[in-house]
Amino acid sequence: MSRRQLILIALLLLAACALPFFVSNYRTFQFTLALVYSIALLGLNLLTGYNGQISLGHGAFYAIGAYCAAILMDQYGVPYWATLPVAAVVCLVAGFLFGLPALRLEGLYLALATFALGVSLPALLKYHHLEKWTGGVQGIVINKPEAPFGLPLNADQWLYFFTLAVAVLMFVLAWNMLRGRVGRAMVAIRDHHIAAEAMGVNTAMVKSLTFGVSAMYTGIAGALGAIAIQYVAPDSFNFFLSIMFLVGIVVGGLASISGAIYGALFIQFVPNIADEISKAAPWAIFGVFMIGFVYLMPMGVAGAVRVAMARLSRMTQNRQRSI
Amino acid sequence: MEAFLHQVLAGLATGGIYASLALALVMIYQATHLVNFAQGELAMFATYFAWSLINAGMPYWPAFLLTVVFAFLLGVLIERIIIRPVENAPVLAVVVVFIALLVILNSVTGWIFSYTIKTFPSPFPAEPIFGQYMSAHEAGAIGVTLVVLLLLYAFFRFTPLGLAMRAAAQNPDSARLVGIRVGWMLALGWGLAAAIGSVAGMMVAPIVFLDPNMMGGVLLYAFAAALVGGIDNPAGAVFGGFLVGVLENVLGAFVIGNELKLAVALVLIIGVLVVRPSGFFGKVFVARV
Repeated sequence: MSRRQLILIALLLLAACALPFFVSNYRTFQFTLALVYSIALLGLNLLTGYNGQISLGHGAFYAIGAYCAAILMDQYGVPYWATLPVAAVVCLVAGFLFGLPALRLEGLYLALATFALGVSLPALLKYHHLEKWTGGVQGIVINKPEAPFGLPLNADQWLYFFTLAVAVLMFVLAWNMLRGRVGRAMVAIRDHHIAAEAMGVNTAMVKSLTFGVSAMYTGIAGALGAIAIQYVAPDSFNFFLSIMFLVGIVVGGLASISGAIYGALFIQFVPNIADEISKAAPWAIFGVFMIGFVYLMPMGVAGAVRVAMARLSRMTQNRQRSI
Repeated sequence: MEAFLHQVLAGLATGGIYASLALALVMIYQATHLVNFAQGELAMFATYFAWSLINAGMPYWPAFLLTVVFAFLLGVLIERIIIRPVENAPVLAVVVVFIALLVILNSVTGWIFSYTIKTFPSPFPAEPIFGQYMSAHEAGAIGVTLVVLLLLYAFFRFTPLGLAMRAAAQNPDSARLVGIRVGWMLALGWGLAAAIGSVAGMMVAPIVFLDPNMMGGVLLYAFAAALVGGIDNPAGAVFGGFLVGVLENVLGAFVIGNELKLAVALVLIIGVLVVRPSGFFGKVFVARV
């Protein structure tokens, strides 16, 4: 990472830390959700963008994470921060297990299997034998955590900082993983899995592990989302949630870490604006954007930013040379 | 026993509807090796078209025919305008475009017709036939499915256009060399698939009621049906449709309860894909490395 990038990231972090003191509590809450989505999108991007496995059912892992947090807080009185590791482990295992049969599926078929997972999950959550824990159709209401140690923050601001800290940690971990051996193996499998195998990459292991890690990211996001919204119910995790994540990575940029942030801002704030036109408008806009990005900007916003930056630095270099 | 028989017959009726939609999926798969995730929403959109025609005072069967034609044209248009540019794109791009289509059709329908649930008329009389076992609509739905099937079979088997379409699907390069316009054959295939889907939509609408999300479950069962039968085999898809319909109804009524019905489809889809990806009757696909 170059020094300029480091400075840029530090400035961005500074801005992110200052943000909740300048906007209303409701906006802070919205930015918290955007951070939550960015973690989920990063997870999906690890799987779909870097490893080439398509998932149309990541809403399911988000839901599992959310229910983990809600059930632990509601039934067992676990503090909110302690639910995250549990959600992470549960989703890691769930994702790994789903990734095992997914090994035999490629491209379209994997899309089909995960599509089935995403569509059928709300019905599973309503299952009446699980009602004791899940609360059935009614769902579970949980309490918003207050700021600890007597910090002079209100609940919304505290949760924002808590989410920000988790998000930064998750992004650093992902960045670290992707630049190492595992990350190169993931990309190699995406680009040519036979060649990757010939080079000694354990394709099956890497693919199922990627599935697990991806589900873990999304599950942590789900748990954070449940704590932020203070409520979980089966119908908030319908198939459209999975599609929203897909929209996020397509718009933000496939196989790009920063893309997760652009995508999260997009899926969080565009519906807010579009809602004023009509209830159906956000999804119509999502659909049009998806097609538009596939045709015109396959690398998403992150790709466009990269191109713009490269052009900018070339221009400044040229100018320096001419002087 | 009586209850069991009733469930089996009801399962056959819904199975017929799944079979039609599965058939539509198989048609597009055969021609392009793509799975159309928007097939259900296309059918739903066409059914809304039928609803507005009937609401405007048109009798049922003319509205039915007009809807089939409308769906056909819609399918052709979508193939020409939206699918064509991504024909040779990576799978992910194609899936994203299909999902986008699904979302757009769904939201546009909600926009135009609102999200309130509507009733959709059935062309068949209300009183049950065959004793108490089966409603006339269920029997009618099976009948309509079979007629569609026969027509399709005849079309592909006995008409020059059907032959050209089969050729284009089987070997596009050779078909192009003998003068078949392969691109248009694909568009026709899309049109036919959309038309078949619209029939399924109009048959299922009286049962599940009309609402923009009505096809979500149906599409899932249709996927399961197509996969069970072998995704490149039309007859297999029809068999799979009936099988899935009966399984869903019988298991839902006696074994696992109605809430887990959709899980049947999930288990079937993953089970078939993992154990036997070619389904019961599909060709085993061997790739050369």
